[in-house]
Amino acid sequence: MEMFKNVYFRLGLVVAISLVSLLAALPRVPIVIKNSFVNIDSFIGGYYFSILNGKVRLDLREVKKGLDLKGGVRIVLRADMSKIPPNDRNAALDAARQIMEKRVNFLGVSEPYITSSKVGDDYRIIVEMPGTTDIAQAVNLIGQTAQLRFRQLKAGNDWSQDKFAQYYQDLGVWEDTNVTGADLKGVDIVFDESGAVSQAPQVRLKFTSDGRKKFSELAKKNVGKPIGLFLDTDESPVSMPVVSAGLSETLIDDPVITGNFDVQTANALSIQIRAGALPVPVEVLEQTAVGATLGEASVVESLFAGIVGLLTVLIFMAYMYGRLGFLADMALVIYILIVLAFFKAIPVVLTLPGIAGFILSVGMAADANILIFERTKEEILWGRPRGVAIKYGFERAWQSIRDSNASSLLTSGVLFYFGSGAVRGFALTLALGIAVSLFTSIFVTKTLISVFGVDKKTLLGVRQ
Amino acid sequence: MNIMKYKNVYLLFSLIVLVPGIISLFIYRLNLSNDFTGGSVFSFDLGKSAHGEKESAAALFKGQGIRVREITFDSIQNITLQTDPATAKQNDAIKNAVVSKYPQAKQTLFETIGPSIGLETTKKSVTALGVASIGIVLYIAYAFRNIPKPYSSFKFGVSAVIAMLHDGLLVLGVFSIFRIQVDALFITALLTVIGFSVHDSIVVFDRVRENLGKLPKSMSFENIVNYSVVETLNRSLATSFTVIAVLTSLLLLGGGSTRNFVLALTVGMISGTYSSIFTASPILVIWEDFRARTK
Repeated sequence: MEMFKNVYFRLGLVVAISLVSLLAALPRVPIVIKNSFVNIDSFIGGYYFSILNGKVRLDLREVKKGLDLKGGVRIVLRADMSKIPPNDRNAALDAARQIMEKRVNFLGVSEPYITSSKVGDDYRIIVEMPGTTDIAQAVNLIGQTAQLRFRQLKAGNDWSQDKFAQYYQDLGVWEDTNVTGADLKGVDIVFDESGAVSQAPQVRLKFTSDGRKKFSELAKKNVGKPIGLFLDTDESPVSMPVVSAGLSETLIDDPVITGNFDVQTANALSIQIRAGALPVPVEVLEQTAVGATLGEASVVESLFAGIVGLLTVLIFMAYMYGRLGFLADMALVIYILIVLAFFKAIPVVLTLPGIAGFILSVGMAADANILIFERTKEEILWGRPRGVAIKYGFERAWQSIRDSNASSLLTSGVLFYFGSGAVRGFALTLALGIAVSLFTSIFVTKTLISVFGVDKKTLLGVRQ
Repeated sequence: MNIMKYKNVYLLFSLIVLVPGIISLFIYRLNLSNDFTGGSVFSFDLGKSAHGEKESAAALFKGQGIRVREITFDSIQNITLQTDPATAKQNDAIKNAVVSKYPQAKQTLFETIGPSIGLETTKKSVTALGVASIGIVLYIAYAFRNIPKPYSSFKFGVSAVIAMLHDGLLVLGVFSIFRIQVDALFITALLTVIGFSVHDSIVVFDRVRENLGKLPKSMSFENIVNYSVVETLNRSLATSFTVIAVLTSLLLLGGGSTRNFVLALTVGMISGTYSSIFTASPILVIWEDFRARTK
């Protein structure tokens, strides 16, 4: 395009891109001036835009930090689909994911990330809760892997109220039935309208139609005996309601568990039962809990290392290539601004390896300029005039730059495709770095050189 | 400057450096982390110097019936224990035991990776390395397709890949000999290293290609390659300097949790610079000489 040949148009473009990137990369900085003349209460940076009812959003308020930086809990669960017909598996996985969501919401975690995935024949649910401080509680509640089971007393164990404590502890007297959490549609609290204790809260079990059939069979066999609700076969039941005589005859309404509940204890029991109402049993494949302090210390250390590394590169370039090196340094700083802006806009979840990858990319971003300047030096040695030498430097180094960066892009593509989590973050950082560095080290540096010129007497230490 | 004169010496030197690592890889294998084998990691900030607490910490775990595989120290106060896979419940018990022994202690990390995930990561890593290598050979064969006859782009590709294997093997060998732990991030570092290695070789080979068309036909192939290597020497050293400068500062100042990752990158990048000058080019020359002599 014609206008791209105009130096001042190109300079304007570079300045505009740099400014936009700077504003995007900045954290929110408040500007408050209050005196008798002016009254300003504003801020720059950390912008947030949302149009079309939030369909298009640009959230630049903060850099998204990964678990390793923020601290938090990540749990990978595998759903055991062996007893589920293949056609129902996706639905079962989805239902299990929703139950995990409920568990997480119960913990009151901000910005949880819950997703399901299929790896080979494995059905998985991944739960991430950044910023969670109570690791043990989170792991215990989310990692609650058991499926709720309704168990009955083995034949030969008779029942009277004074055996409650014995049966509550002696787990050997119980046996499995065909009713499980998969038969439950939901659990909620209702208030007793009829009983002697008016308005007493009860826990209502809402069965599926198939589950209701199975449960009423079970209830018929166990009139006057308890049914144990177990989350874990080697732990005491969460509830041990005794089947009342009326329940077995007609099961028109959903059955309720009555007892000496107040709203709080009824609620707690319903959550426990609901949490166990998994359509499929799950097992924990992977669990990670990172304390927040570890991440904070690492960020500070990495940033410090990055600044030292960057300064070394900047000084080296200026020392090696004089004014050209200084202009390349400016391009390198613009590179950092643009990449940071992309990080926030995409957004890229920043992890420790991601930060290391970004810092590494700063070192690599200098490579294209080094190739160009070394080529320019050679062209001058071969007797070309300054302006022509720079032009040839850019033109003839291009092929090397293109070929060599293509191989790096290839590896980052492979990393992204095969990697997961932190590895993907690193690959994305690397690829983004390569793309942006091509723009800054060629377009930006070239523009800066055409505007600010080169040394009067010497160029790159070569006398003419 | 005649660098290619000593081409056999460089290759011999590479062999001397590589062979111990390869032997170690065969005998001692790699010190694989939980990412591949499955297992648990517990980290505690003990609130006091953790050195000297190795035995008593191990005893706490033994008391809970968890087998400890390795104990390391991330910082003065931070102790990390790698164990067989443990459950969240066992973690609770361990945490209570640690806090009752060290009242100031805080848990900074608990991680369990199941054996099946470990196997999956191993498979994916091997596939990724394979796909990347094949992709690179194909790419170079394509990028150098216009090389003047009788030289073949295939030889350029293979030479660059041998240099790439050289760098990959060196990193693997160093990690095997020094028993440094290899985790999923190490694979990332390894792929980055081979990407960079080829990047470097391509810059040198690009110049060889340019010079093959430009320099007088009377010049031998060895001289042309030598000339090209010397011409690109400044660039190779300058680029390596900037990359190794940032890596060194990360290695020295960047904190514990990514240290092995950065170490793998640093070793690989140094090897990558060396191999683009002293491995890829000599192999190309020797191969070409062999072809010319047998014709």
